[in-house]
Amino acid sequence: MNLFEHIGRFILMIGQAFKKPEKWSVLRKNIVIEINTIGISSLSIVALLSLFMGAVMVIQTAANIDSPLIPAYTVGFATRQSMILEFSSTMICLILAGKVGSNIASEIGTMRLTEQIDALEVMGVNSINHLVLPKILASLFIFPFIVLISMGLGLIGGGLIGTQTGIITLEKYIMGLQYYFDPFSITYSLIKTLFFAFFIATIPSYFGYYVNPSGGALEVGKSGTKSVVASSMTILLINLIITYFLLL
Amino acid sequence: MSIIVNNIKKGFNGTEILKDISFEFEKGKTNCIIGQSGSGKSVLTKCIVGLYEVDSGEVIYGGENFSSMNKAERKHIRTQIGMLFQGSALFDSSNVEENVMFPLKMFSNMSKEEMLDRVNFCLKRVELENTNHLYPSEISGGMQKRVAIARAIALNPQYLFCDEPNSGLDPKTSIVIDNLIYDLTKEYDITTVVITHDMNSVMEIGENIMYIHEGQNWWTGDKRSIVTTDNKEIGDFVYASKFMKQLRGKLS
Repeated sequence: MNLFEHIGRFILMIGQAFKKPEKWSVLRKNIVIEINTIGISSLSIVALLSLFMGAVMVIQTAANIDSPLIPAYTVGFATRQSMILEFSSTMICLILAGKVGSNIASEIGTMRLTEQIDALEVMGVNSINHLVLPKILASLFIFPFIVLISMGLGLIGGGLIGTQTGIITLEKYIMGLQYYFDPFSITYSLIKTLFFAFFIATIPSYFGYYVNPSGGALEVGKSGTKSVVASSMTILLINLIITYFLLL
Repeated sequence: MSIIVNNIKKGFNGTEILKDISFEFEKGKTNCIIGQSGSGKSVLTKCIVGLYEVDSGEVIYGGENFSSMNKAERKHIRTQIGMLFQGSALFDSSNVEENVMFPLKMFSNMSKEEMLDRVNFCLKRVELENTNHLYPSEISGGMQKRVAIARAIALNPQYLFCDEPNSGLDPKTSIVIDNLIYDLTKEYDITTVVITHDMNSVMEIGENIMYIHEGQNWWTGDKRSIVTTDNKEIGDFVYASKFMKQLRGKLS
């Protein structure tokens, strides 16, 4: 299959996913399960990464400022801008595309391999709707919270390392965080996150759902790899497009 | 209600797998589809249950042309179908109770208590009481098959499909599963279709048998006529081993 055939089949899958669910109560329950699987279970890695990245940004910025004309609070300002505009949305979503994406692709791929998807279809269940829609809705719901938590923890991590190592005082760091703050930067970041969340849920679902069952475990592994590559590339492309339209 | 397949043809990438197959799967009987590996048994079954669309021909469930229906129209037929898959196809993340309850949750308006009663009834019917909270990974292959049967009969189906119900099971457990399928067929007076290449199974429960060879309906009959037929292909299939060939020689 060429790229356009994949895109066509992907769009058809999305159409199936957004059909009316068989039972709303089942969908609600599945969304809660997916919020836990996709979101809550990723919190620890997101927290750790954000704390360390915030800390590294403070050190990097401080180390690269050698002019006495640049005020000290610039460290806080640069850290805030980097965390809010790019790291907490784009970088965290790229990392989640790997963690969550491979999980989704292998889960659905294994269901295809073990005929669980066929079992759903024979029963008369719209398997795409049943399996993919809860993942999309759960991702759209939980990813913005994850990104907000990442922003907060990144700034805390930067503050901790800055003040504990004597790079910057707490007052100057906070002044930097508040300096020329535009709330739209958070809105921009959350808008990006919603797009990323959608593709992190759907692209791996696509590769898992259409895995070739005769290929066995090897094909499921390949589908995981393909899904991570495709969703990472999509995130980078979407990031470029949204940044161009929202910030320029 | 019987299932009738008329002149079914199905191919993949230019290779014809099913070549004009016609057959009637009779109500209240265990209908067997047998044949060598790669003969087209599973493709035929997937065409009958609608997992594959046929290239030509028709599948008729109780007088209704399933092949000409769209997805929405097929739903009421699908809820009358129970299917036991080769690998059981139980949902790994759900326990036994949730697996059996799944079709009830999706397609019935029962209360939680009624669903639980029905689940317990089905589990009792397959002799798996008190396994409600075990996960598929915690039970044996034979038990998984029985849970899959319990799930298949949860909605009181009119049609039961069993794809290789004995694969991976020891002969003793296979007989248990075969007898369970046979008993359920008689008890609920349903149309059962068993896809197998296990001759023990065929001799145990086969009432209406179709032998597929190279994608064609090569022979039809029952378990008595299959051992006496002069058809060479059938003979080679039934008496495949040296021991069976010797036994046949002695019997004749």
